Amino acid sequence: MCRIGAIKSIHYIHPSQALLLMQSQQKGHDNSGFAMVMQDLGGIFEDYKHLPTLSLACTDEGLKVAEDILHGAGFQRLLQWVPEINPLPGLDINAMPNYVFETFDYPKHYKKAEQKEKEELLLDMRLKLRSALEQDEMGFVYSFWPDVVTLKEIGDPRDIGTYFNLWQPDDKFTAKVITAQCRQNTNYDIVRYAAHPFFLQGYTALANGENTFYQKNMDMQQKLHRGYLGFESDSQCFLYSMHYVHRELGWPLEYYKHVITPLPFEEMADRPDRDVLLSIRQSLAHLEINGPNTIIGVLPDGTLFTCCDAKKLRPVVMGRSSEMVIIASEVCGINELLPDRRWEEDIYPNEREIVTINSALEVQRWKQ
Amino acid sequence: MEAVKVQDITPGDLPWKIRYDASRCTLCGSCVAACSFRAINAKVEKRRMVFSEGDFPEPQQRFSAVPVIRQVHSLKHYCRGCGICEKVCPNDAIGPVRNIDNRHSIVTRCVAGDAIKRGGRKNLEATVRTLDKMRIGRISQMTDPSLDAQRHSFDMLAPFGRILPAGKLPLTVNAAGKLVPDGQAPPVRWIYPVIIGDMSIGALSWRMWEAVAMAVAYLNEECGLPVRMCSGEGGVPVRLLKSKYLKYMILQIASGHFGWNRIVKTMPYMTEDPAGVLIKIGQGAKPGDGGLLMAQKVAEHISAIRGVPKADLLSPPNHQGLYSIEESVQKMFLSFNAAFKFRVPVAIKVAASSTSVSVFNNLVRDPYNIVGGFFLDGIDGGTAAAHEVSLDHTGHPIVSKLRDCYLAAVAQGRQGQIPLWAAGGLGRTGDLAADAFKMLCLGANGVFTGKLILQMAGCIGNEQGRCNACNTGLCPVGITTQAPALVHRLDTEKAAQNIVNYFLAMDQELKKLMAPIGNSSLPIGRSDALVTTDRAVADRLKIQYVC
Repeated sequence: MCRIGAIKSIHYIHPSQALLLMQSQQKGHDNSGFAMVMQDLGGIFEDYKHLPTLSLACTDEGLKVAEDILHGAGFQRLLQWVPEINPLPGLDINAMPNYVFETFDYPKHYKKAEQKEKEELLLDMRLKLRSALEQDEMGFVYSFWPDVVTLKEIGDPRDIGTYFNLWQPDDKFTAKVITAQCRQNTNYDIVRYAAHPFFLQGYTALANGENTFYQKNMDMQQKLHRGYLGFESDSQCFLYSMHYVHRELGWPLEYYKHVITPLPFEEMADRPDRDVLLSIRQSLAHLEINGPNTIIGVLPDGTLFTCCDAKKLRPVVMGRSSEMVIIASEVCGINELLPDRRWEEDIYPNEREIVTINSALEVQRWKQ
Repeated sequence: MEAVKVQDITPGDLPWKIRYDASRCTLCGSCVAACSFRAINAKVEKRRMVFSEGDFPEPQQRFSAVPVIRQVHSLKHYCRGCGICEKVCPNDAIGPVRNIDNRHSIVTRCVAGDAIKRGGRKNLEATVRTLDKMRIGRISQMTDPSLDAQRHSFDMLAPFGRILPAGKLPLTVNAAGKLVPDGQAPPVRWIYPVIIGDMSIGALSWRMWEAVAMAVAYLNEECGLPVRMCSGEGGVPVRLLKSKYLKYMILQIASGHFGWNRIVKTMPYMTEDPAGVLIKIGQGAKPGDGGLLMAQKVAEHISAIRGVPKADLLSPPNHQGLYSIEESVQKMFLSFNAAFKFRVPVAIKVAASSTSVSVFNNLVRDPYNIVGGFFLDGIDGGTAAAHEVSLDHTGHPIVSKLRDCYLAAVAQGRQGQIPLWAAGGLGRTGDLAADAFKMLCLGANGVFTGKLILQMAGCIGNEQGRCNACNTGLCPVGITTQAPALVHRLDTEKAAQNIVNYFLAMDQELKKLMAPIGNSSLPIGRSDALVTTDRAVADRLKIQYVC
């Protein structure tokens, strides 16, 4: 079983917090990888919040190919940060030669472009880079988006932390929202892209579970949007459905829940909004999920949320202090970071809930 | 002695021979009375007995006339193997025996100079059914939990009606952040994923049709299963049209338009909308052939309900006036949608064919969004009457064709927009839940079934040539006849009860198949749940090959 975790904080926090959060849950995962998405960045990236940052793991050749493509498209590099690595002998990590986080300015002719236009450009560039670097595994492009960095690697999360010096807190590499997970893909091939959290145009999703409607979700999503690709993991479907419902259709988040775990027909019939719910269910029947799942998501505005499958077959808990909210598969993870919180206020969401946390750390429990 | 010519018809030429044991027969006459085909009669046989009395052999002979039951030597009154004689015989003295050496298919054509007609299903079966070569092989073990068929709840409904893609739904977000309707969408009904297929009054006896309608009402009103029944092309009793139970009926219109005069005239008096309208273009058992109701089945009440005289009623092979798919969409679908003011979904039924995907593509791309279902009927379906050559040799299996249509929809990102309903020999082994489940995994939204319903009610016909006499009007169990004496053999309540019970059993069995794959909603398009040991099936259907 996977373990997933997310931290949303008033203050910038270092990824060591995410490692601690996940480390205490390590009996529940197999220590086969570490992946995290950091959003609302502090430290060296704080002054560049509106400009896209590329998160790339690659070979030397891959780096050149990627930079050539971006420069060719008119992007100008403003900042490059290469984590200082600590390649001690005996570390369990299947490392790529380079890990690069580079912030770019938009091409000149995009300077006055609409936000939406820029966002489409960034996606197109990421897809182009991904495709170009696929050959000979020259590199993996995890994200290319403002105020977001992503790191994914294969190996023992403790050793990955050591390799990247992530155990040592500092104020250079920080964020207000960090989502993390400590396991490589187990159902399918071990591919770096298959490790959650997954990221697309400001949306992040990670999941603990098994999406038994993977095939039908995938069949449907492949034709919905050019960004819905890969499908290295059945959990990517959660991200794509979220992106489709919230961004493409422009529906409020609550309808994401209605799409992936629709109310039973009987319950729907008693609701005043039954016609709307029924038409959503029938039009997006192929995006329904089944099987045991807990999902943690982040929206472009930084809202963090969690929800479960319709039968609540996987655990999740949310704990908080005045400065930090944590969502984790197991409460021990929260205990590690917030030992003095009022644990009786922890929230164990039920199968019909979405629990959201906004930027002011206000928690809302919305029942389907 | 009667002279016999070698070309005369004798039991050896006929598909069934009568086994008769004179020593057990009490000559009660039950068998002769019960044989609706008049394939047996009472006859007197001359018997010679040689005997000897006294101490030494002194042969003498004695002749006697003995009453017996004999098989009729006739191509008109021949035994269909229905076994009613055996059923009614108190002493097990008589019964049919299959005659594998028969010459029936040859002599019938030679004598009659006409095509052979019969009912039932395709009788040529050379291989194992494709459905039986597949298993549900993706079982929830450790990666995810199986569900409990008894304890968990399952959502087992299927759509009937045109479904818009999400981006085209008439919805808007209001000031409160809620989606609210902002226009009209096509009507969609969520119903049980097994529809009782289109069998008309006329093809069926009025009591059998009534039994099905009763079962459907009971399933809906008492059991909570929203099962729908398609009327078939033969009209609907006015009393039913005016009743609240109309909402469980899908009205069918085919090329003969039988019964629609009454339906149209009753529209102002309808208190409920029908569940849907099904436009039948063709049927799988006899594709390219229209409906056929022999004159012998056109009883007075059938004439009345269909609005036709007593004559052979042949629906034309195609709808007169429809020359193209586009035209059919614009004419028939629009007019039928308009007839019920766009409140009732209108679907189409076609015979599975090499061209099915083209038809489906045309419909799924129709800009009017008014085709509410694609009913695809395969070769193994049953029929009340058809030419034998059509039944046995024309048509297309349903499994790969349904899959083709689903994958065509997937390739266009249009899956689910026109619900796919499949039929054609489903439940042939008696296990409809398994067949239905596999079809759902391959992409069907639901299935429909006809022949199996008759078998639930007591039809003894099978695919090895047993009975198959639906066309004759002499159905021995009162299901496909209009002769009052035969019709009354059918216990309507019992037939309805059997159908209800079968559906309840099937409902449980569907859950028993959904639970192990961990699904609480129907697994439409979950081809990953199926495996097969047949490489060709795996390749053709794009499912996992296992060995």
